[in-house]
Amino acid sequence: MNTHQKTYHPYASPFDPCKPLTEKTYSTPPHLYMGFQPPNLPQFTPAEALRAGTLWKDFYDPYFNSFERAKGGPQT
Amino acid sequence: MKQVPAEYYQLMEQLQTVDFVLVELTLYLDTHNDDIEAINQFNHYVKERKHLKKAFESQFGPLLQFGNSYSGYPWNWDDTPWPWQV
Amino acid sequence: MWIYEKKLQYPVRVSTCNPTLAKYLIEQYGGADGELAAALRYLNQRYTIPDKVIGLLTDIGTEEFAHLEMIATMVYKLTKDATPEQMKAAGLGDHYANHDGALFYQNAAGVPWTASYIAAKGDPIADLYEDIAAEEKARATYQWLINLSDDPDINDSLRFLREREIIHAQRFREAVEILKEERDRQTIF
Repeated sequence: MNTHQKTYHPYASPFDPCKPLTEKTYSTPPHLYMGFQPPNLPQFTPAEALRAGTLWKDFYDPYFNSFERAKGGPQT
Repeated sequence: MKQVPAEYYQLMEQLQTVDFVLVELTLYLDTHNDDIEAINQFNHYVKERKHLKKAFESQFGPLLQFGNSYSGYPWNWDDTPWPWQV
Repeated sequence: MWIYEKKLQYPVRVSTCNPTLAKYLIEQYGGADGELAAALRYLNQRYTIPDKVIGLLTDIGTEEFAHLEMIATMVYKLTKDATPEQMKAAGLGDHYANHDGALFYQNAAGVPWTASYIAAKGDPIADLYEDIAAEEKARATYQWLINLSDDPDINDSLRFLREREIIHAQRFREAVEILKEERDRQTIF
C-alpha cells in the first residue's frame, strides 16, 4: 500500500525572514501507482461514489486543509 | 416566490448518483472496451436512469431538450429553476 | 452536437455569501488550468488523435463542461446579491467596475482567458502528456483553493472536482498505454 502524501524537510537558514516550515508535504495520489486499471476493482455504492468523486475505492484520495484536519474532521 | 419542494432535491440527487456511476463507467469503458461485466453494469444503470428521468420529468419538467424530452403545455423547458439557481 | 441537461453533475451547496472566495475560485473558471481550458483542450485535440482515444477525449472534454458549470454555480452563489461595498471589500471593486456581478473568463488575478493556455502539438504522445500535466495542475489548484477556503460546502464540491482530476489523469495515462501497444505489428504477422 502506497502513501498518498510525502514529506520532506527543506534547508532553513537562520536569516530566513519568515518562520521556517520544517516539514513540507505534497500529494502523490493513488493513480500514480495504478498502471492500467485492472478489471473488477472494489467499488463504492452509487451514493458513496458520488460523494467520493470516484466509483473505485482504490482511487479515493480526499484532500483536507489544515483547518479541517485540526477540527478532527475526516483524515487524509 | 415559488420555490421547488424537497422532493426536487431528493429526486435530483438520485439522478446525479446514477448518472455519476454512468460517467465513471463511460470513461472506464473508453479504455477497457472488452470488460463485459462493466458493460453489463453500465446497461443496468442505463435502465435505472431511464426510470429516474421519467419520474423527475413528470414532476419537474424536461431535463433535456431539442426533442430529447417530451414537453408539457405550455412549453416548460425554460421554466425556472436552472441548475445553478436551486 | 451537444445536448444540455438541466442538472448539475454534483449537488453544489454554498454556506455563506463570500465574494472573496469567488475571486479565488474564478481561477478554475478562466485560468490556465481551469475547466474551460480543459474542455476546449481535449475537444480540440480530438481531430488529430488516433481513433482509439477520440471517445475518451470527447467524454472527458464533455465532463469538463459539467465542472465549468459547477464552478460557475459556486461563483454565482458566492456573489449573488452582494452589495458594491461587499464586492469592494472582497477585492472585487475593479471587477465590479467593469462587470457588475457578471462572471468573466479570467483567472484569480483578473487576467482574461486566452487560447495560448491550450497546447495542440498534433503529436498524440505530446498531446496526451500535456493532458496528464493539465489534470495534475488542476488537481494542485483545487488543493490550494481548499487551503484558502473555510466554507465546508464549497470544500465538499472542490474535493469532488479534485478527485475527478485524478480519474481523468488515470484515463489519459491508460490512453498513452493504448497508443504504445504494438497492435499494428501483431496484425501484420
